[in-house]
Amino acid sequence: MLSCKEVSLLLSRSRDQRLTWRERLGVRLHLLYCEGCRRLEKQLRFLHAAVRRFVASAGPAADARLSEDARRRIRDALPRD
Amino acid sequence: MNPLAEVIADMPDDATRGTLSDPAGWLDAHGDSLYRFALQRVRDPATAEDLVQETLLAAWHAKSKFAGKSAERTWLIAILKNKLIDHLRRSRREAPLPDADIADEVVDSMFAEHNGHWVRTPAAWSRPDDALEQAEFWKIFQACLEALPARHAQAFNLSEIDGLTTDELCKVLEAQPSNVWVMLHRARLRLRECLELRWFGLASENR
Ligand SMILES: [Zn+2]
Repeated sequence: MLSCKEVSLLLSRSRDQRLTWRERLGVRLHLLYCEGCRRLEKQLRFLHAAVRRFVASAGPAADARLSEDARRRIRDALPRD
Repeated sequence: MNPLAEVIADMPDDATRGTLSDPAGWLDAHGDSLYRFALQRVRDPATAEDLVQETLLAAWHAKSKFAGKSAERTWLIAILKNKLIDHLRRSRREAPLPDADIADEVVDSMFAEHNGHWVRTPAAWSRPDDALEQAEFWKIFQACLEALPARHAQAFNLSEIDGLTTDELCKVLEAQPSNVWVMLHRARLRLRECLELRWFGLASENR
């Protein structure tokens, strides 16, 4: 049987890579009887949504634009047809 | 006015001659988007500008490989993403972040040593979606993000925000997949705990 520590690592890894069927089975069985890890699974989804929203709205660059200077500098460095 | 129209209206006549398939045209149509994408990830305006320039030059050299105009911006963003990965890798070499400790006491202490069970069971978070609407929550969220160890935070941002795959993360962080996953695990559990202690725990009946 997997421990909460192992399951938490697998739940985290599943956000980045598909788990093997054996790992998925182990996680599902554990979640049947472990409320803490069920909450963790939901909370990991929440963290993902929250951090994306954070960057989109509160991020430093939400309405940043290239300055005219930068635009000119870049244009000068580009090849022309 | 849409942003593209605004940009074109701002431009002197000779600059409008370019079509959308040459670098100057790309700069006009997508420059701000590329810049924002880069700035959100490198934080430094001058570096972000350089990345936009590198991207447009690389796109120019690779333009024979590009077919179909509808996804022009997507194509440019993909090139920018590669430039960003190169850049992050370079800057990691020049100023390496401290290696993630082999042991992370904060995360290790969340689990009982003998059986790996939660020492303190994660609480049920009440109304997490409501939190997203509250300015006070975002202050705490930012503080919790900033409290992450630098390397964990970098891995976390690259995975959650930029959607880098494990392979790409390994390249940027120059680490084995298992180490990348351990870093991400630690970042997520630390962030989770921080939010629980400083926000959700206060409102929850489970504690
Ligand atoms: Zn568990």
